[in-house]
Amino acid sequence: MRIILAAAAVVMLAALAFAAPWLQFVLTLAIAKGFAALGVAVLLRAGLISIGHAMFFAASAYGAAFLARAGINDLGLLLILSVLVSALIGAIAGSFLVRYRAIFFAMLNLAVSMVFYALCAKLYGVTGGTDGLPVPIPAVFGIVFAEPVFKSILFYLSLTLMVLVGLAVHRYLDSPLGHALSAVHSNEIRLEYLGIPVWAVLLIAYTISAALAGLGGSIAGFAIGRVVPDFAFWTASGHLVLIAVLGGIGGVPGAFIGALFLELLHSAAVTVTDAWNMFVGITLIVVIMFMPQGIYGLFERKEAQSS
Amino acid sequence: MSRPILEAKNLRVAFNGVKAADGASIAIHDGEFLAIIGPNGSGKTTLLNICTGYIRPISGSVLLDGNDITRMSPRAIARRGVARAFQIPQLFSAQRVVDNMMLALAAKDGLWSAIRPLETAERRDEAKALLELVGLDGDADRISSTLPEGHRKLLDIAVTLALKPRLLLLDEPTSGVSALERFPLMEALMSALRQRRITALFVEHDMDVVARYASRVLVWNAGNIMAEGRPDEVFGNAQVRERVVGVA
Repeated sequence: MRIILAAAAVVMLAALAFAAPWLQFVLTLAIAKGFAALGVAVLLRAGLISIGHAMFFAASAYGAAFLARAGINDLGLLLILSVLVSALIGAIAGSFLVRYRAIFFAMLNLAVSMVFYALCAKLYGVTGGTDGLPVPIPAVFGIVFAEPVFKSILFYLSLTLMVLVGLAVHRYLDSPLGHALSAVHSNEIRLEYLGIPVWAVLLIAYTISAALAGLGGSIAGFAIGRVVPDFAFWTASGHLVLIAVLGGIGGVPGAFIGALFLELLHSAAVTVTDAWNMFVGITLIVVIMFMPQGIYGLFERKEAQSS
Repeated sequence: MSRPILEAKNLRVAFNGVKAADGASIAIHDGEFLAIIGPNGSGKTTLLNICTGYIRPISGSVLLDGNDITRMSPRAIARRGVARAFQIPQLFSAQRVVDNMMLALAAKDGLWSAIRPLETAERRDEAKALLELVGLDGDADRISSTLPEGHRKLLDIAVTLALKPRLLLLDEPTSGVSALERFPLMEALMSALRQRRITALFVEHDMDVVARYASRVLVWNAGNIMAEGRPDEVFGNAQVRERVVGVA
């Protein structure tokens, strides 16, 4: 049932973007943020809240910009290399951040990301300062397409990656390593007494979550055509946590559902009022009070009731 | 007698001036079922904490198969075949009973297969067999936090058995278990230990359990060994009867 629903949602998104090409940009951005929120959700399973994951989102987009400037002009290669950049930064930062828990973990992530933000904003000669850097349209299998065509390709590629990467993350979460990650939240002492290295379990999760945020960042960079320090600002990190909570961390689709819901809500709300944040705030209050498992939790509950 | 599996020599530990171990030494040999008894607060659980790397003694050493493990982490000691069940069960409360078991089995098999799912038919069968052994087969799909305390205790023991240890340390295995379930649990446990050739050290307050199942008894009092020997010898000791058993 769950698989049929997920497949139907993907087909519907593809059809929607085909019927209304103007939606492609919004949906691409939503999927990009969905990847980053999925990274945050992975860590939430261990009870760790990162308020700094926008750093990896930005690092990957900057990585794509630098690599493009260095002469690499293939979309696939740029995506892979920029994700590796964020994964590498994630592994380095994670090696000391995963030693902390609760508020200390959250605040240290925030602190590191704000250092990164400041570097991006102040190192004008390298990063372009607050103006940021352009992320040029790359070639796809050696062909350089016009911008509208490239944006369509990028959307459908993002949609495909959402399915493939989503399945891979689902597999990881269902593996012993993924279960050990959830167990960190329950009982670290028992994990240690099972001979399981908690530090390594968390570092792997942190690196995966940074890579996911990085994938989202590079897609966003290509979609927008520019990367600016605001990609790494703490409000962007908070936004990712909000998406993860809104969508629900019970399953991989939650992050994407949250991102799509929020982007579409935002797009609709700005046409009505400047105070669109109010709508977002009210929605979050409703979700936290009445749907503690997020929007995805509703599907899970329905499925549990019907089985 | 053969070389001991586990040896703790000249241990000294104190908490705020209270001595939990004061130069005591113990040894447990292959195939033994050593019971440690003593008054509350005498340092029995501290001894288990030292032997599993949870706390480090001020002085003294712990040897496993002759190798010094005093400064090793609980994880490193667990990987060397020493498992521990706790006085207060240490479970993954948000996960199902069977998932607690399968994660322990996976930890033994190799956690790093990140591609294969945790739940395989083989692992589930093995988990169910162990749950059946402790009488929890009917609770396999329950969330472990919803189990009554006695059943949580049984699950904690089953988890340690899933690790296929050589040496099992049990901290009050029958506390929290109902009087009716106590002896069936011990029978099942003893049968599993004999079948799997597991040596065990257990801290216990129930003297009936100690008298019936221990191959050797050690009386721990104020960080020192007050008496040691076969159950009938130890329970025949007037000082032990007065101070520990509570019968003068």
